[in-house]
This record gives sequence, C-alpha cells and structure tokens, in this order.
Amino acid sequence: MEEKILMKGNDAMAEAAIIAGCSHYFGYPITPQNEVPAYFAKRLPQVGGTFLQAESELAAISMVMGASAGGARVMTSTSSPGMSLKQEGISYMAGAKLPCVIANIMRGGPGLGGIAGSQADYFQATRGGGNGDYQTIVLAPGNVQELADLTILAFDLADKYRIPVIILGDGYLGQMSEPLVLPKPSGKTFEKPWAITGAKDRDPQFIASMRLTPENALEQLNLELQETYRVIRENEVITECYQCDDADTVLVAYGTAARIANKAVIKLREQGINAGLLRPKTLWPFPSEILRKITNDKKKVLTVEMSAGQMHEDVLLACDDKNKVDFYGRLGGALPKVDEIIERVKSYE
Amino acid sequence: MTEEIIVAGFGGQGVLLAGKMLAVAAMRQGKHVSHIPSYGAEMRGGTANCSVVISDEEIASPTIEHPSVLIVLNEPSLKKFEKTMAPGGLLLVNTTLIKAKAEREDIKVVYQDFTDFAREAGSDKSANMAALGCLIKEKNFICSLEALINALDEAVSQRNRRFNTIN
Repeated sequence: MEEKILMKGNDAMAEAAIIAGCSHYFGYPITPQNEVPAYFAKRLPQVGGTFLQAESELAAISMVMGASAGGARVMTSTSSPGMSLKQEGISYMAGAKLPCVIANIMRGGPGLGGIAGSQADYFQATRGGGNGDYQTIVLAPGNVQELADLTILAFDLADKYRIPVIILGDGYLGQMSEPLVLPKPSGKTFEKPWAITGAKDRDPQFIASMRLTPENALEQLNLELQETYRVIRENEVITECYQCDDADTVLVAYGTAARIANKAVIKLREQGINAGLLRPKTLWPFPSEILRKITNDKKKVLTVEMSAGQMHEDVLLACDDKNKVDFYGRLGGALPKVDEIIERVKSYE
Repeated sequence: MTEEIIVAGFGGQGVLLAGKMLAVAAMRQGKHVSHIPSYGAEMRGGTANCSVVISDEEIASPTIEHPSVLIVLNEPSLKKFEKTMAPGGLLLVNTTLIKAKAEREDIKVVYQDFTDFAREAGSDKSANMAALGCLIKEKNFICSLEALINALDEAVSQRNRRFNTIN
C-alpha cells in the first residue's frame, strides 16, 4: 500500500496542482483558503515555478489570464467574496478560450459574510458567474483525497477544452485533514499551438474576448463555445451513487454536505429505513439524466445543501415529478445536522 | 468501531496539535481518520477546538454533533460541549483550570490535573500531551502509546521539535 500522509485539504490541492504541472500561481489571501497561496509560495520556487501575491483579486485573475495566454498551466484560488471580484477575468478567459484552474473554497455570504464553510456560491459557479453566454466546468470534491485527484483532472479538462475549470470546495473541506495518497500525474499532454509564445518563424497570433469584426464574429465565437459545452455535457459528467438501488428516499448532496448526508443514510439504514445518496462530483455539467433515471421510481428526493437551495433548482429541473422533491439546508456557514436529516426522511414514512 | 473526539481549550493550549497527533497516530495504525479544526481569528488566550474521527470503517462525515470523547482543558469548553456528548461517552476534565464538575450522569468523567502534571514534567504548555496520555489509557482502541510518541515527531514542525523531550 502506498504511503499515506495526513494532509489539510488546502495543502493537498496545492501539492496536487504542482504534481499536475502547474507552474504559475497568482492569488490574493482570504480565509479559509490561505494555506493554498502559502503552500505555493513555499513549493513553486523549489520546482522552478512562479508564485506571486497580487495586489488584488482582479490583478491575480488578470495575471492568470496572461500566463494562460502564454501557454502555462496556471491556477488561482480564493474564497467567496474574492470569487466575485474574479468574475470579470473569468468571463474574459471563457471568451478568449483560455484554460485555467480556479479554486473557490466557499465561505458564508452575502458580502464579506463570515469565514465558516458554505455552499452558497453554487449559482455563481454553475451559471457562468460573469457576463455573457458561458459556462465553466465545476468540480465538487467531497474529501481530501478527491480534492487532490480532481485537481489533477481539473488541469487536464481545462487544457482539453480550453476552458476555465472551477474547483468548488467549502471551508470545511479546505481546513480538514485526512489521509492522502499523493496523486500521480495523469501523463496526458496537450499541445497549445494557439499560445502566445513569440512570433518568431510564424505569423502573429491573436487572443482576445472582444470580437467586433466581421459582423457575425461574436455569434460565431458563441456558437463554438456552445458546441464545446455540448461535448462537455455529453462526456464529462461524474457522479457517485451510494445505496440508491433499493432506496425509497434518495438524498442529493455534494461536498461536505454530502459527507453529512452519507452519515444520515448509514444511520437511517441501521433503523431499517432505505435511504440512498447521489453525489454529483461535477456540478456543471450536472448529472441531470442520471438523477432523473435514479429518482424516477423513488418515493422521495431530498436535496441537502449548505445554502438556501441552489443545487436544489437543478435537482428540480432534473426530476420529472417535482412533488416528490424536498429540500433541507443550513445557511451562513452552519452545517446540516444528521439528526435533522433523519427526522425529515422519517417524516416521509 | 468509531470514536468521535472533540478536544477543546484555550488557544495556545495545543488542542489542534493534540487532535492532529491522535489522527496521525491512529492513521499509522491502520485506522480511518479525519481532523477538522475550529478555524478563524483564534490565538493564544481565545478558545479553540478540533473534531477528530477515528474509525475501523471509512468515515462518512468528519463533522461531529455528539462526541463519544470530549477533552476539555478550560472551563468554557466544558460548558459548551458537555451537553452535546453522546450517552456513555468519556469526558476528560483538566482540573488545574476547571473547578466546576460535570453535570451529566450518563457519561464517564475522568478528572485529572493535566496542567499541573505537565508543569512538573517541565512545561505547563504540555497539558495537551498529558491529556492524550490519559485518553489512550482509557481508550486503547484509538492508538498505542508508541504510535502516539512517534506521531509527535510527525505532527510537530521542525522548529518546535526541541520541546519533544518534555512532551
């Protein structure tokens, strides 16, 4: 068996990024993800990379855009209020088809909110977040090992589709320590003939999100983006089912909320109540079809979230019979309670 | 078997380190473990706690609502967490700093002067270690003394290892 180390989520994500070949990191500190820039500051110089603490979130995401245009594997990380500030750059990168990885280790909002973990940025992450008709891939790890593994995947997906990829964790995930087997590099390589690397011996290349001419250029760009999104929807959905087959009630949850829901399922089963858990690991693309199939013959579907019901809207969209879909959530950094989930599920009996 | 442990005290008493050492020691003995600190604007003098789950099975949730083990190094922690404990749980109370008695009758309570004990060993800052020693004596499921001592080397940063002999 491979050596396990006890590692904090934030540290594990940063180390995994370096394993994935991330050579540049630009960020601005904010709790609860400060271990990420601290880790990169220590480790990136050791591997010949560049760490830079920017003067603001806007500057950081713009530096990410520059490094990405130059062909580098680049990452930034932040927490909720900082994520709002980065939306301009993310929208520009989506329009310019630039790959990058952005981690949002969410805390409670709105505004500066608090520093406790939350899942209230689901809409922002899965609906684009900035202006324009765009999507970003959104990965939702549920434990420290998965956070590291999905970070490796995030870089590959970003390069494969030339798209910003968001790792959407919550403060609890960033702060928790769990045993970790360091992930291996995927071994995949991606040519970047579009990168701005100096026009010696070739024609100059052009990377921009602004398309004024010819007349239909912007619609053409949008159609290309939508085609990419269609391919991603078809091929990149990841989800995990736990004891769904014979379940009467299926819980739907991601991240730390899914850990708590998982515990509730185990306890419910001990009491003879058949519950199951469906856990999306990609929030965009959302596993709508899988959810629809699994829940079709179930009595009840309960979304559990650390928000007022954001993923719940996707669950409602996916389920044919909206009447059997219920919601339980805690707000502003509070954690869902196993006891309260159990009580709710028992009320369906 | 699963133990859900909360270690709580003043910031600076080393409750996070104590929790991390338990997690490392149990992990080295093949257990599933998780560790969540209470994080935020805590510093020496404030209050801090951490949640450690140690189990033979994969850990569903690292969050703890009803701890099976509670270690309290200061009085506010006793007041805050005693009422949340699972029936039949184990409560370790640092009597050097806590004059109050536990109120629950459905739990096992061990009173020990961890801070005095540590002061006699060399530093009152090692009360956390004294509490861990007491814990694994009561609950040998968690880890062996040897694993705990080894964990000290693994969990403590290089700079601070000079204190390990005291611990």
